[in-house]
Amino acid sequence: MAEAAAIAAESLAGSKARAARTVLGQVVLPGEELLLPEQEDAEGPGGAGERLLRLNPGARSRVRVVCGPGLRRSGDRLLVTKCGRLRHKELYWVDSQQKRYVPVKGDHVIGIVTAKSGDIFKVDVGGSEPASLSYLAFEGATKRNRPNVQVGDLIYGQFLVANKDMEPEMVCIDSCGRANGMGVIGQDGLLFKVTLGLIRKLLAPDCEIIQEVGKLYPLEIVFGMNGRIWVKAKTIQQTLILANILEACEHMTTDQRKQIFSRLAES
Amino acid sequence: MAAEHKTKLSKNLLRMKFMQRGLDLETKQQLEEEEKKIISEEHWYLDLPELKEKESFIIEEQSFSFCEDLLYGRMSFRGFNPEVEKLMLQMNSKNKAKEVEDETVELDVSDEEMAKRYETLVGTIGKKFAKKRDRANYEEAENGNIKPNKAKKMFLKPQD
Repeated sequence: MAEAAAIAAESLAGSKARAARTVLGQVVLPGEELLLPEQEDAEGPGGAGERLLRLNPGARSRVRVVCGPGLRRSGDRLLVTKCGRLRHKELYWVDSQQKRYVPVKGDHVIGIVTAKSGDIFKVDVGGSEPASLSYLAFEGATKRNRPNVQVGDLIYGQFLVANKDMEPEMVCIDSCGRANGMGVIGQDGLLFKVTLGLIRKLLAPDCEIIQEVGKLYPLEIVFGMNGRIWVKAKTIQQTLILANILEACEHMTTDQRKQIFSRLAES
Repeated sequence: MAAEHKTKLSKNLLRMKFMQRGLDLETKQQLEEEEKKIISEEHWYLDLPELKEKESFIIEEQSFSFCEDLLYGRMSFRGFNPEVEKLMLQMNSKNKAKEVEDETVELDVSDEEMAKRYETLVGTIGKKFAKKRDRANYEEAENGNIKPNKAKKMFLKPQD
């Protein structure tokens, strides 16, 4: 880490924009500017760019580039806003770690109903403001047929509107009008909070932790992208074991984890 | 007698609404464009050089769902919640864009089942038109063939 920090500090001191391609997988710090592949050619060493014959110097073949979380557009370049590793897969993004959730459109989150006012529910999602949830945004809800939602209930829904200028709005229904598993989460169970990076790690398609956990005993888990996890098992003890495993697995190595699972499987 | 030359109509007259009803769309559009081009003195405009529109080819996307293929957030294991397990299969296969043809085949009724259903159809429709006393006959014989076999109850003459 010390070497990576030194390299990053050098680049900042030199204030030379690096090419995004060369920095893939390395640590980037906020404030760095990254060049996209096309611009590398133009700003290449010496007059190499000028030597290339261009019929239309103004119009370059522009390929759409998408910049993901942790990156912003500044002119023609990408500006890094979070510290972490730069990754690329269809789009460039920074793999960072944080605990505070910022609502993003389309994210599935677990919210807690805090108030019921008129036609909307106020749902706490861990962001800067409570999100609003209309009572018509449930499957099969009409003006006469209201959903059975009380204050203190857990809701699994997705964001319809989420930007820095407006209050976030969430719904428990998809664009076709079906619930798809969203709505009020059932009785009992335990809700606890983890870091956002752990949620993404657990929801990765090839996550071993989830596969091993699933073999222990019958259980149900709901992951919210806002760092909240709800678990339920047959007994309270099993639920607590599960919650402790999921919280601790962030800082465990693979071996430690396997030890714990084998001990659990014995008991 | 036919006029040798058409009477020339003024431009303003031609621009009037009733004269334009007969024109086709193209000529109408051309006339509209010409009208717009004429900038009279009262029409205000900015006396600046044309600014080149900055076409940005970088799109910002704040969601992690495009970065990594994440699984569906609700999970259930070892049959704890069967509905959620069904949902898991559905949503995760949607992500991988698999075809879900198997489900539709199961929903179809097989031919044998259809034939069995129609065998008893006679009984069920017959039930509808039977009188109340005869309906009891249908219910008794539901296991086997449904036939209203029982004879009607007639008046029994008392034997002296």
